[in-house]
Amino acid sequence: MSALALTARGRAGASQWLGAALVAALVGAAMLSLVWTPYPPGAIDVPHKLLSPSPAHWLGTDDLGRDVASEILAGARVSILVGVIAVGIGVAFGVALGLVAAAAKGLVEDAIMKLCDFTFAFPALLSAIMLTATYGPGVVNAIIAIGVYNVPIFAKLTRATANGVLAREFTLAARAAGRGPLAIAFDHVLPNIAPALIVQATIQFAVAILAEAALSYLGLGAQPPEASWGRMLSDAQGWMYVAPRLAVFPGLAVALSVLGLNLLGDGLRDALDPRLKARG
Amino acid sequence: MLLEVSGLAIDLPSPAGARRVVHDVSFSLDAGDSLGVVGESGSGKTMTALALMGLLPDGARVSGAMRFEGQDLARLGEDAMRKLRGDRIAMIFQEPMSALNPLHRIGAQVAEPLMLHRAMSKGAAWTEAIRLLDRVRLRDPERIAHAYPFALSGGERQRAMIAMALSCGPDLIIADEPTTALDVTVQAKILDLLASLCVSSNMATLLVSHDLAVIARHCRRVLVMYGGTVMESGPADAVLRRARHPYTRALLEARPRPGAPRGERLRAIAGAAPSSASAPIGCPFAGRCPLTLDICRAQALPTVEFEAEHRVRCHRVDATGRLT
Repeated sequence: MSALALTARGRAGASQWLGAALVAALVGAAMLSLVWTPYPPGAIDVPHKLLSPSPAHWLGTDDLGRDVASEILAGARVSILVGVIAVGIGVAFGVALGLVAAAAKGLVEDAIMKLCDFTFAFPALLSAIMLTATYGPGVVNAIIAIGVYNVPIFAKLTRATANGVLAREFTLAARAAGRGPLAIAFDHVLPNIAPALIVQATIQFAVAILAEAALSYLGLGAQPPEASWGRMLSDAQGWMYVAPRLAVFPGLAVALSVLGLNLLGDGLRDALDPRLKARG
Repeated sequence: MLLEVSGLAIDLPSPAGARRVVHDVSFSLDAGDSLGVVGESGSGKTMTALALMGLLPDGARVSGAMRFEGQDLARLGEDAMRKLRGDRIAMIFQEPMSALNPLHRIGAQVAEPLMLHRAMSKGAAWTEAIRLLDRVRLRDPERIAHAYPFALSGGERQRAMIAMALSCGPDLIIADEPTTALDVTVQAKILDLLASLCVSSNMATLLVSHDLAVIARHCRRVLVMYGGTVMESGPADAVLRRARHPYTRALLEARPRPGAPRGERLRAIAGAAPSSASAPIGCPFAGRCPLTLDICRAQALPTVEFEAEHRVRCHRVDATGRLT
């Protein structure tokens, strides 16, 4: 192995560990906020508003005297909740639809894929706004909107990779052993496409966090007093000149989480792709 | 009679409309008997095998009859067919690497048909799988059962495939080029194993191969296919020693012979195999045959039977088996 390849590989390794560390920090923050935050999240303390960072308030306080560090910890919870459920909806329905499409072929496959294209054609944020406008703003509706957007992504990925697996001889051999299409889809196809799905799930998780922040920023996601990074950004807007840090901290939290998930996704792709591994 | 195929024809869909890849194939197979189907790529031998399994590509149309223990496989629904597959009729594939799922242990894959068709528990099927792996003479079957396909050699994988096919004690085993992907010494061992297993459990075999030597050694009867049509059929001995059809003869001459003078070149058949779109009537071999007359291109092939069960389809062979 050449020195160049070695350094390139070492760097790739470092970035995936950085990604894993950032994701661990995100998960850690959310878990920590369940049992402990410096101040109760959402607790208003007007006399101490707009304080600079200090030992008492590590990241300062906002315009209502809420402790920014506590809000950020609690905001991680919402981000993860949205990510897990929205990606979960996408995986559950998308993978099922994709597998059915690949197994059924013909008219059913065409119909499912056309439906996915139809859903895809609407800008995600726009459909989320439509949904929350109709059913009212809130975290639950934001989750549903982001989840719906994930369904066609996973359906398309599942169908494409499943068709690749179904073209391989062992699925024919499984049919020759008398197995039915459903059993083949779950026993033979799913494990073989799992790596691609895991990588995509990591990336969609990052997209979901961004989407939640955007929706909350627009006032369509988390509602006060619920802590959310997007809502914090929105609140910070009016104080940009007085206390820009109010926007910086939640912005950093969003950016680092998304960066971490993307790096982790890249690392997982490299680790799970046998072709890349063989080359190394 | 275990299997009786008569007038089997297969049409595959293509952009230019249905394409007939197998024409009027008939043969029969008794329990425990062995039939070799020989032919080059595109001769329709694999499609014939897949038709028996009901595993033809989507959109394929089958006509004619394939009677397996009295029931016509061509008329059987997918559910009924699925019950037969892996249980009464099993198949061994050409490429043991790609025919085994890389993510499942060998033992689990061998056990799969048992759990499916014999409703065995996982544990019982696993024990039986180890016994089967031992039966196909794999050393240390316990270790092999726990291994993943990548950890085995080509020969070991093909033995595992055979164990999988044998698991439910089928009446008919269809082996599609089972040794093409293996090297020659392993080939012979695998085929001998398959032959001895078939004798000991009274299984009929349909061995598909492009290798005449393999068929000659392991099959009692042989079917020579070209361009989707059966050219010559009969007892392996008679067909190989007293080949009548110009195609069979050309095939035999194209084999390397021991004791041939050094530097002698192998005889090749001039021309290329026909695309199945062409030759709607007449003999598919007409374009390459040295004996072609106008009639070969113009008239449907006659069937000439001149010895017990030795049949030839050629305009140039008469009832005594001589060339006219």
